[in-house]
Amino acid sequence: MSFLTYLINGLSLGSIYAIIALGYTMVYGIAKMLNFAHGDFIMVGCYIIFSVSAAMSGNSVVGIIVAIILCTLLGVTTEFVAYRPLRGAASPLAVLITAIGVSYLLENIALLIYGADIKSFSSVISWEGLSFADGQLKIQGVTIITILVSVVILIALQLFINKTKQGQAMLAASEDKGAATLMGINVNRTIALTFAIGSALAAIAGALLCSAYPSLSPYTGAMPGIKAFVAAVLGGIGSIPGAMIGGLVLGIVEILSKTYISSQLSDAIVFGILVVVLLVKPTGILGKVIQEKV
Amino acid sequence: MALLDVNNLSISFGGLRAVDNFNITIEKGELYGLIGPNGAGKTTVFNLLTGVYKPNEGIIRLDGEDITRKNTIEINHAGIARTFQNIRLFKNMPVIDNVKVGLSERFKYSALEGMLHIGKYSKVEKEMDAEAMRLLKVFDLDGERDTLAANLPYGKQRKLEIARAMATNPKLLLLDEPAAGMNPNETKELMDTIALVRREFDMTILLIEHDMKLVSGICEKLTVLNFGRVLCQGETKEVLANPEVITAYLGE
Amino acid sequence: MNKTTKSNLITYGIVIGAYIIVEILMLTGNLSSHLKGLLVPMTYYAVIAVALNLCVGILGELSIGHCGFMCIGAFSSAFFSRATENAIPTVPRFILAFIIGIAFAALFGFLIGIPVLRLKGDYLAIVTLAFGEIIKNVINALYIGIDGKGFHFTMKSSMDLGMEPDGDIIVNGAMGITGTPHNSSFTVGIIVLLIALFIVQNLVNSRDGRAIMAIRDNYIAAESTGINVTSYKMMAFTISAAIAGAAGVLFSHNITTLTASSQYFGFNASIMILVYVVLGGIGNIRGSVIAACILYLLPELLRGFNTYRMLIYSIVLIVMMIVNWSPKVIEWRKKTFGRINLPWRRAKEVA
Repeated sequence: MSFLTYLINGLSLGSIYAIIALGYTMVYGIAKMLNFAHGDFIMVGCYIIFSVSAAMSGNSVVGIIVAIILCTLLGVTTEFVAYRPLRGAASPLAVLITAIGVSYLLENIALLIYGADIKSFSSVISWEGLSFADGQLKIQGVTIITILVSVVILIALQLFINKTKQGQAMLAASEDKGAATLMGINVNRTIALTFAIGSALAAIAGALLCSAYPSLSPYTGAMPGIKAFVAAVLGGIGSIPGAMIGGLVLGIVEILSKTYISSQLSDAIVFGILVVVLLVKPTGILGKVIQEKV
Repeated sequence: MALLDVNNLSISFGGLRAVDNFNITIEKGELYGLIGPNGAGKTTVFNLLTGVYKPNEGIIRLDGEDITRKNTIEINHAGIARTFQNIRLFKNMPVIDNVKVGLSERFKYSALEGMLHIGKYSKVEKEMDAEAMRLLKVFDLDGERDTLAANLPYGKQRKLEIARAMATNPKLLLLDEPAAGMNPNETKELMDTIALVRREFDMTILLIEHDMKLVSGICEKLTVLNFGRVLCQGETKEVLANPEVITAYLGE
Repeated sequence: MNKTTKSNLITYGIVIGAYIIVEILMLTGNLSSHLKGLLVPMTYYAVIAVALNLCVGILGELSIGHCGFMCIGAFSSAFFSRATENAIPTVPRFILAFIIGIAFAALFGFLIGIPVLRLKGDYLAIVTLAFGEIIKNVINALYIGIDGKGFHFTMKSSMDLGMEPDGDIIVNGAMGITGTPHNSSFTVGIIVLLIALFIVQNLVNSRDGRAIMAIRDNYIAAESTGINVTSYKMMAFTISAAIAGAAGVLFSHNITTLTASSQYFGFNASIMILVYVVLGGIGNIRGSVIAACILYLLPELLRGFNTYRMLIYSIVLIVMMIVNWSPKVIEWRKKTFGRINLPWRRAKEVA
């Protein structure tokens, strides 16, 4: 029974990673850039929920909505101000370093406003959860909600990409920007839309993350952000189902190795999995193999 | 004994037989042309000869030595050097260094000597510089020795690629569409360069080309590929007069 | 004297000149103790920036886990120095510590290079990050002690070492190594930096260096020119790791308690070094040294504006990247300033 509990907890953490990884993978797929600040968008989302909930005397629904809206704006603005000018720069490292700058910037703004001390985040989900087998197997409400939310997001995103014009434009722009432009697709607007979706997802992930792990600091987003990126790479970067699979694998491995092997070494095991998978399949689980033409 | 002897060479990609039962024999000193319509498999043949692809069937012999299963690096060491359809220079390196990379197999000192600039370093580097300059002079590039390869005009980039290939001291030189993208004047100059390479280095050359003027002007023998198969092989004049070849090129 | 030799000599000259100036300032008492404390870190950050530039600029592979190699150099050498503190006199011990730190970092660079260098581009980068984190994590779970019976080792806890009462725990898990002798000094740091520069700059102007850069520019062409791509990549990566290890030796012999913390050895630290390399100019070794020194000192000197310093730093970073790299800004700069006859531009045209 306890194994099942840990497995479900892993699934829940994995779902959070997956939601963050979706943002990474979409942005990477289309803009071919590693948005290092993505993890910090999560942190920004959490602080917004934290502040709004406090102001609204504990009502977190408004907080979540405000966080989603503001994170979306933040994502689009960041893209416009910091990343778009560097599109087509001589080195792809330029935009990577800029993203690192944005990451520092967001962390330090949070540090100035809220200070370095850890804030205790009250869960946005008040549901106690379910109890099975005479209380031997308890599943927390936040765990169940997290898993459900991630499934809904995955389905919605798949539908959006495959069934809508904007979604198809995204696919086209991620394949070949030049050709997409010739076909009348506004690539800049499509990339902005991708950032908007990714950042909105980051806000949702933030709400779930801090509900499950209720300590909030300016650096809250950094490690989950990097792990979600690992998840995206593990699943095959650019692939939406890949991000989901990668996230789940990572979450489950992390919780199980923390429980059964060593809490000290769990991160090493998580990163070790990435190394092993990439050695077997150099472009991730669902990644496309691209061979250079001679 | 022929310098290059290829027997029954075949490769498939998925269901497509890109090269099917390809045979060619090139004698030492010959200038041989490989022609055919787009997509006929000419570059694939080059990639097979240089180990970029491994053939499903067939044997490649260079100077009697079986090189079929060797990798690109070993094949270069065995004596085949090539140029590329889309120029592949070491763009961010000076012209002379492009050539010196090609010389690395022949002029050696240890890594430690290189890192500390001791021992044989100075002597060997001097010899390399002299040899590189000698090569650059042949290709009329000695005036640009310190220019970055990326900043050379197009025609000179093509020449530098040939110079780099020659620096590896090959037995056989493969040129993949050397005149692609050149104007008539540049093509003329290129023909002179190829003739010069042949004379100067007594080189055996196999080249892929679309420019019929160039092909008929300098190649002694031709092989025509169509849909991965050899359509016709022989002396240039005879091949170009063959009605099948004309059909393949011009259509019905 | 040719151009590259001259350029190399200028680099050494800048480092030696800076050293002399700092020494004079120190002797005349014009350097605050706060500033003095920054000198050794400045040298090891410059050293690791040189190492990373060899990997990113010369080899052309993005690594975001280089602080992991620094971590290995730091711990292996500190372990050695702590274990032999009373057995070997300072100078030979410190030299041996360098050899051990560098050798271990090189060994791990080689071993990690085998899988890493099979990958390409961003996949390669993320795996270097993964290895950096793995190294940090494993060292945090490492317990090594010594007593009358010899060495004890475990990965569980210090209790599990099963030490005799006279035992000495040298590596104590997340608490790291305490009491490493303070042998690093500004002078030693500068010497290490000069050696690192000497090796990397010489390498770039050698047969092997040209092969490495050829692979960076076009690995397909390099292969067909007879260059053994795999072994040259391994060579560059291993040398780069070894130099990062030397920076680690300087690091561990400059502090009392050495821990494998994220602050110094995590991916954020590796990225900070990458920032030095990119702002100093990718492939520009001298630029890395200058950028590392300025960018390390800048936030430290801004401590006066404590709360705002990192904010300013991050904004400066973003603005600098856009001004230096944005294609539109570059075009605008050319248009606007192109017509103005700047003295240095005129000099260039004349030359």
